[in-house]
Amino acid sequence: MARALAVLLWLITLGGIALFSGRHGWFPETISEHGPAIDAQFMRTLVVVAIAFVASQIALGWYVWRYREDREGDAVYTHGNTKLEVGIMLVVAVVFVALAALGQKVWAQLHLQDAPADAVQIEVTGQQFVWNIRYPGADGKFGRTDPKLINDQENPVGIDTKDPAAKDDVVSVNRMAIPVNKSIKVTLRAKDVTHSFFVPALRFKQDTTPGLVVPVHFKALKTGEYEIACAELCGLGHYKMKGYLMVMEDAQYEAWLKDRATN
Amino acid sequence: MSDTSHAHQVHAAPTGFIRKYVFSLDHKIIGIQYYFLALIAVFLGMALSLIFRLRLAWPAEHWPMLAKIFPAGFEGGPMTPEFYLSMLTMHGTIMVFFVLTTAPQSGFGNYVLPIQVGAHDMAFPVLNMLSFWVTFVSMVVMVAALFVEGGAPISGWTAYAPLSALGQVAGPGQGLGQTLWIVSIAIFCLASLLGALNFITTVLNMRAKGMSLMRMPLTVWTWFTTAILALLSFPVLLAGGILLLFDRIGGTSFFIPAGLVVSDKVIQHAGGSPILWQHLFWFFGHPEVYIAILPGMGVTSQLLSTFARKPIYGYRAMVYAVFAIGLLGFFVWGHHMFLSGLSPMSALVFSMLTLTIGVPSAVKTFNWLGTLWGGKIRFTSPMLYAIGFVSLFVSGGITGIFLGQTSVDIPLHDTYFPVGHFHLIMGVAAIFGIFGGTAYWFPKMFGRMMNETLGKIHFWLTFIGVNAIFMPMHTMGIMGQPRRYAQSTEFLYLAGVQGYQVVITWAAILTAAAQLIFLVNLFWSLFKGRKASDNPWEATTLEWSIPSPPPHDNFGGKIPVVHHGPYEYGVPGAPRDFVMQADPPLKLGKA
Amino acid sequence: MKRRLELWLAISVFVLLLAACGGGGEQPTETTESKPTESGAPAGPVTTVDPATAATLTGKVSFDGEKPKPRQIRMDAEASCASLHKEPVYAEEVVLNDDKTLQHVFVYVKEGLGDKTFATPSETVVLDQKGCVYTPHMIGVQVGQTVKILNSDPTTHNIHPVPANNREWNTSMSPGGSPLERTFPREEVMIPVKCNVHPWMKSYIGVLKHPFFAVTGKGGTFEIKGLPPGEYTIEAWHEKLGATTQKVTLAAKDSKAIDFTLKAAS
Repeated sequence: MARALAVLLWLITLGGIALFSGRHGWFPETISEHGPAIDAQFMRTLVVVAIAFVASQIALGWYVWRYREDREGDAVYTHGNTKLEVGIMLVVAVVFVALAALGQKVWAQLHLQDAPADAVQIEVTGQQFVWNIRYPGADGKFGRTDPKLINDQENPVGIDTKDPAAKDDVVSVNRMAIPVNKSIKVTLRAKDVTHSFFVPALRFKQDTTPGLVVPVHFKALKTGEYEIACAELCGLGHYKMKGYLMVMEDAQYEAWLKDRATN
Repeated sequence: MSDTSHAHQVHAAPTGFIRKYVFSLDHKIIGIQYYFLALIAVFLGMALSLIFRLRLAWPAEHWPMLAKIFPAGFEGGPMTPEFYLSMLTMHGTIMVFFVLTTAPQSGFGNYVLPIQVGAHDMAFPVLNMLSFWVTFVSMVVMVAALFVEGGAPISGWTAYAPLSALGQVAGPGQGLGQTLWIVSIAIFCLASLLGALNFITTVLNMRAKGMSLMRMPLTVWTWFTTAILALLSFPVLLAGGILLLFDRIGGTSFFIPAGLVVSDKVIQHAGGSPILWQHLFWFFGHPEVYIAILPGMGVTSQLLSTFARKPIYGYRAMVYAVFAIGLLGFFVWGHHMFLSGLSPMSALVFSMLTLTIGVPSAVKTFNWLGTLWGGKIRFTSPMLYAIGFVSLFVSGGITGIFLGQTSVDIPLHDTYFPVGHFHLIMGVAAIFGIFGGTAYWFPKMFGRMMNETLGKIHFWLTFIGVNAIFMPMHTMGIMGQPRRYAQSTEFLYLAGVQGYQVVITWAAILTAAAQLIFLVNLFWSLFKGRKASDNPWEATTLEWSIPSPPPHDNFGGKIPVVHHGPYEYGVPGAPRDFVMQADPPLKLGKA
Repeated sequence: MKRRLELWLAISVFVLLLAACGGGGEQPTETTESKPTESGAPAGPVTTVDPATAATLTGKVSFDGEKPKPRQIRMDAEASCASLHKEPVYAEEVVLNDDKTLQHVFVYVKEGLGDKTFATPSETVVLDQKGCVYTPHMIGVQVGQTVKILNSDPTTHNIHPVPANNREWNTSMSPGGSPLERTFPREEVMIPVKCNVHPWMKSYIGVLKHPFFAVTGKGGTFEIKGLPPGEYTIEAWHEKLGATTQKVTLAAKDSKAIDFTLKAAS
C-alpha cells in the first residue's frame, strides 16, 4: 500500500512535468513586442514552481515509502525546529518577491506607460456577442457617440453624425486590421455587459467593462490573421464571440481601411 | 472564566423526535444535519458538472434522457449553450456555498469543535439551530432556481454585474432564476454569520480548564480562523447581494453605469459601476477560498499527526501560518481583477501581497512533510485522504504563483489554467479534507467504523481521477482556452483542446462513479459497520476520551481538565505511544 | 446575560430573514409584468365571417423619394456566414421594386373590428435562418399561432425577439437542430427579432388578434381577404419609413383597392 502510494505520487509528478513540458500543447506563437517578456517570466516562474512541485511531491512519496509503521525504530519525538521554519520562510519569501518583482516590468510597460504619440488609434467596443472596431478616419479623431443612437444594424456604437469628427469614422464588426510594426493604441469599451478582449497570439487580455474607457497599447511584429476571443463570461454566445485581428503591411492596411470606408 | 456558568447552561436532552432530530439544539445533531445537507449538495453539484461536461466533450450530441428532465435545455436537439451555462453556474454556486463552506466548517466544525475544546455545546444553541435551518431555506431557494421559467442563471458563480443586474434582456436565466440566486445567497450569508458568531464565542469562552489557546488542536484553530473570515467577509457579500437585488427590482443603479444598450434596448440606469460588484464580490470571494480550504488544512494536520504517530511538526508555526493565511486573504482580492480595469498601480501591490501568501503555505507544506518524516505511518483510509490532501494542496497551490503575477496572469487569466488551479486546491483538496474528516470522525459520530477496504478503493480511484481531470486543464489554459466556453470548436487556435475535453469528461464520469463507493460505504457503515470503541485511532484530542457516539452533553456533566498539548504521540517514557489531552500530568524523570 | 444576548440575536435574525423573504416576495411582480395577462385562446365566442358578405381589400405601397443606397452587409464578421454567399448581401430594409413600390410593408387592420374574436389558425408560420439572414424578413401571425423557427445554416444562431408587450426570450439554435416552435400571446406590431451573434440579422413579427394582415412582396401589393363589412382603419407599417393609416368603409362583398405612399425619411 505505502509503496504503491509513493509510486503513484511520483507518477503524478511525472504527469505534471509531462503536461508542462510543452509537448502536448503550449502558448500559440507570440507576435507582439511585449509577448516574449511575458513568456520569459512564465518560464522563470515555471522553473521555480517545478522545483518546489517536484521536491514536495518526491519528498511526500519518499516519506510515505520510508516511514511505514512496520519499519524498525521509534517515531521521532520532535515538535519542530524553529530555525528551520524561519529559514524556509526567508528563502520562500525572497524567491517569491524577487520573482514577482521581475514580472512587474512588462506589466508596467504595458499599463503604466502611455502609448507613443504616433500610435494608431482604434476603439474596440464589446457587445453581446461581437467586437465593434472603430477607426477615427483621416482626422485621427473619434466622433462623439450617444447610446440613444445605437442600432446594431447601422450604427453599432452610436456615432453622432452631427459631430464633424464623426463623419469619417469607420466601424467594422469583428474585423480588426492593424499595421504591422506600429504601436497600436486601443481604447476598450463595452456596450452592454463585461467582456474581455483576448488575443492569445499577442499575449494580450484586458476586460472591457461597461462605464469604463480603458486605454491600452501593443505592437504586433508579424503579419497574418489571428483570433480575438472573449475571456469574460458575457452570456449565451460567449464561446462564439470571435473577432479577427488582421496584422497587415502598411499599404494593405490603408487599402483595407479605404474599402471599409466606402460603405 | 467560563466554567462557573456551565452548570445552569446545560440544556436537558430532548425526548421528542422533532426536538431531538429536526429542530435540535444539540451541536452534534446540527453538525450531522449540515453534513447531510452538504452530502446532498455535493452529489447534486457533481451531477450538474457531468451534464455540462457532456457538452464540452460532445457539443453536437443529443441526450434524450436529460432532455426529458430539462426539455428547455435541449430544445432543438443538442444541449443549448445557455443550459450549459446554467449548469455551470449552479455547479459552482452549490459547490462553493453548500459544500465547501458547509461541510468542513459547519458540519465537522459544529460536531467536533465544542468537544475538542471541552464544551458541552456551542455557546448559542438556538442560533446554531437557526443557522442550519436558514442554510436549508437558502438551499431550497437555490435549487428552485433550476426549475423556474427561463432556467437557472447563466452568469457564473461570480454573478458579474451588469450581466447579473439587467434581467431577462441579458440572457435566459437572468430573470427569475438570477433573482432567486441572489436571494438564496443573501440568506446563506445570514446563516454563515450566525454560525461564525457561535464558533468564535465558543472558542473564546467555552474552553475547558487547561485548554489554553496553544493547546487547541489545529482543527479548532482553523475553524476559529475560518469563522473570523466568515464573520468579516459574508456581510460584504450580503451587502453586495442586496444592492444587486435593488438594482434588479428596485430601479437603483449601484452596478449599472449610464448609457448601456443591450440588444438595441437602451437601459434606463445611470451612475453605477460594475467594478464595484467585483470589489464587493472578491472582498468576500477571496477569503471564501480560505473558508473552504482552512478547515481541510486543520483536518489534515490532525490526521497526519495521529497516523504518523508523531507530534505535529512546528505547531506554533502552523498556528501562525493559519492566521497569516487568513489575514493576508483579506488583502489580495484584487488579484482576481488585474485585468478588469483596476488601477495598474494597485495591481502591482495586490500581486506582491498575493505572492506572500506563498510563504505561510510553504510553511504548512514543510511542516506536514516534517510531521511524516521519521514517523510510523499507519495507512488507514483517513490517512490516505490526508496524504492526498497534501499532494493536491501542493499541485493546486503552486500554480497560484503564476496567476498571482500581473504579467503572467495576462495570458492565463480566465482560462482553464485558473480552473485547474482552484479546483485542485479549494475544490478537491478541500473535499479530500472532508473525506478524511468523514473517515476519521465517523466512528465518533455514529459509533461504527467505516469499511476500510471500500475506503481505500475509493481513495485510489478518486485520487487518480481528480488528478486526471484537473491537471490537464493547466495545459488547456496555457493553450489559451477561455473558461466558461460552451464548446472549444469555434476557434482555430483551440484545435488541440478538444481531445483534452473528451479525456477530461471521461475522467469526470469515472471519478463520479467512484463516489458511489463512498456513498455505499457511508450508508452501509451507518447500519452495518463494525462497532467502534471510544478511541479507535488511538488519538489524543478530547473527542476520543468520551464514548462513541458521545452522550447528549458530551462529557456526561464532567467537563475534563486538559493537561497536555493536542498531538503528544510517541512521547518517550510515556506508558503508551500517545498521551491524551485529558490524561493526568506525566510523571517523567526529566520533567 | 448570555441568554438575553442570544434572544436578541435570534430576534434580529428573524427580522433580517423576513426582510430577505420580503425581497423574494416582491418577485412575482416581475413575473407578472413580463407574463402576458391575456391568454392566447379567444375569450368570447369566435366570430365567423359569412363568406357571402365578406369583402376584400387590395392595394399597393409605393415609395416617395430618392432611392436610398442599399447597405451592404459585411458578412466577413463570421467566416462561416461569409462562405455561404458568393454575391454581396444587402440589408433588407428599404427594398424597392422597379416601379418604386415597397417590399416588407406590414399592412393590417388597426381598428374597426371591435371586440370580435377569431379562431387561431392551426397552420404554422415559418421563419428560417438561412445564409445568416432571416427569411422571410417579415412575418405576421395571429395571437397563439405557432411560429416555426428553422436554422438552415451551418452555424449556431440565437433567436432573440425583443418585444414590448410579450415575454422576451432568447434561445440558441445549433446547426442541424430541430425547429423551435413558439407562440406570442399578446398583440404587438411589431416585435423586432435579433440574433446577437450576427448583429446584422433582423426580422419583424407582427402579432394580431385577427387574421386581417399582409406583408407586401415583389409587386409591392397586398391583399386582405374575408373582411366582414364595416369601417376600418388600415395601417401600413415599415421599419424605416414609419407607418401611415387610411380609413376605409367596406360593404358586403366589396372589393376595394387602397394605395399607400411612404416618404423617405428626411
